[in-house]
Amino acid sequence: MNSSSIYRPAGFDFSNEIRNNFLHEKGLPLPGATSTGTTIVGCLFKDGIVLGADTRATEGPIVADKNCEKIHYITESIRCCGAGTAADTEFTTALISSNMEMHALQTGRKPRVVTAMTMLKQMLHRYQGHIGAALVLGGVDITGPQLFTIHPHGSTDKLPYVTMGSGSLAAMAMFESSWKPNMEREEALTLVKAAIAAGIFNDLGSGSNVDACIITATGTEMLRNVEMPNQRVQKERDYKFRRGTTAWRKEDIRQLIVQEHTKPVGGDEMDTS
Amino acid sequence: MERIDFDRLKTGEVNLGTSIMAVQFKDGVVIGADSRTTTGSYIANRVTDKLTHVHDRIYCCRSGSAADTQAVADIVHRFLQSEAQEREETPTVHIAASVFQKICYGNKDALSAGIIVAGWDKDVGPSVYNIPLGGGLFRQPWAIGGSGSTYVYGYCDATFKDGWGRDETVEFVKNTLALAMSRDGSSGGVIRMCVITEDSVQRLFVPGNELPRFWEGQEVLGAASKKIGSDVEVVPMAVEV
Repeated sequence: MNSSSIYRPAGFDFSNEIRNNFLHEKGLPLPGATSTGTTIVGCLFKDGIVLGADTRATEGPIVADKNCEKIHYITESIRCCGAGTAADTEFTTALISSNMEMHALQTGRKPRVVTAMTMLKQMLHRYQGHIGAALVLGGVDITGPQLFTIHPHGSTDKLPYVTMGSGSLAAMAMFESSWKPNMEREEALTLVKAAIAAGIFNDLGSGSNVDACIITATGTEMLRNVEMPNQRVQKERDYKFRRGTTAWRKEDIRQLIVQEHTKPVGGDEMDTS
Repeated sequence: MERIDFDRLKTGEVNLGTSIMAVQFKDGVVIGADSRTTTGSYIANRVTDKLTHVHDRIYCCRSGSAADTQAVADIVHRFLQSEAQEREETPTVHIAASVFQKICYGNKDALSAGIIVAGWDKDVGPSVYNIPLGGGLFRQPWAIGGSGSTYVYGYCDATFKDGWGRDETVEFVKNTLALAMSRDGSSGGVIRMCVITEDSVQRLFVPGNELPRFWEGQEVLGAASKKIGSDVEVVPMAVEV
């Protein structure tokens, strides 16, 4: 007897393509991707890098996730903030993280930030901008602290302070007015928090909480929800109506339980002995 | 020579709306560029380095799409590394320029890259090659490129002379770029320059507040208020000072 195969091949599955194209032609709109209308930043300081991100994910006008994570793991000493299409940032960083681990195993060395940057830019350039990932890549390696931005088409920039996403203008305003070289760790963290807060409060696409990540030569510190400026508080008034607020004219109570009698009509009665 | 066709850039693509330049002189070449990188109307990087190292004495100036030109420059950089390793001699500027040209011509439908390759080699000394958008390859004594270059062709034609020394060439590049940057909205920031000779590659930097200054407009309200002819009123044009 034939049995259906339980083997699933690896890679993309195009089995629904014809159906989806058919439905699209019939006028069914394609589902929109969840976009991280985002504020993400990176900042160089005296002995390392501080990365920052907000935690709002949106689907058009709807907040899809109020507390998502946008600082992705690449290696222990390299992290990457993602803006743009949520799925794309998630999977590209996961793929590069995996390849970086392989690279580390093969070479027996701690991999460098430029290596991750080159892998990301080559992949994004190969896909000609169809992978909508706008990234801020930061970390510390043998050459010292490194900070890059990577745009969806695969171009990169190396700067001492960077912002990306829809809130990048608000965040950049904070950096342009307050950043200075050789800042202390706490000073840099405060500036990054202020830059993300500027995005959260002034950009509709960004919101909720502040995530930060401090990377130095001695270690990486992930500060999840380091600031929560949008906590729900107890409502000042109670909007429940008191019992008896509504007046009534008459009261009528009906019995809703139906009594039922069944009488067998013809045929043999069931033998219940 | 052509100007950058902005329609070829995909929406949201990072653009080097640029002023770039390379000039050869007796002992080497001077290359220069502005530092502005834009995404639409937003300046994504105001201190960009568009002078990209491809070998010891060969550099390129990039204009067009940032992603495309970086990718091409990376490929050529890698190619020249293995070329130098295998042949056990440093590649010539012509070899570097030919590799650029092959990639730019072979993928002309997919790329928006206008590149100037310049450097020094043992065969011919200093040389400058221009590779405009379609993927042609032209050796020139001087070359300008990017969106800002269209404003300064006349200035270059009127000013350039054969047989300059290093310092005169640096001044020429600096002044040309300052003029281009002042007229082109997509160019600006600082001027970065490189002097490539047999012995060294020297980097020069002109901050945005120390750029050469030329005519910047003047008040014409008072002067224009007098009548020309009998009853023709001249509408004065305000110029911000």
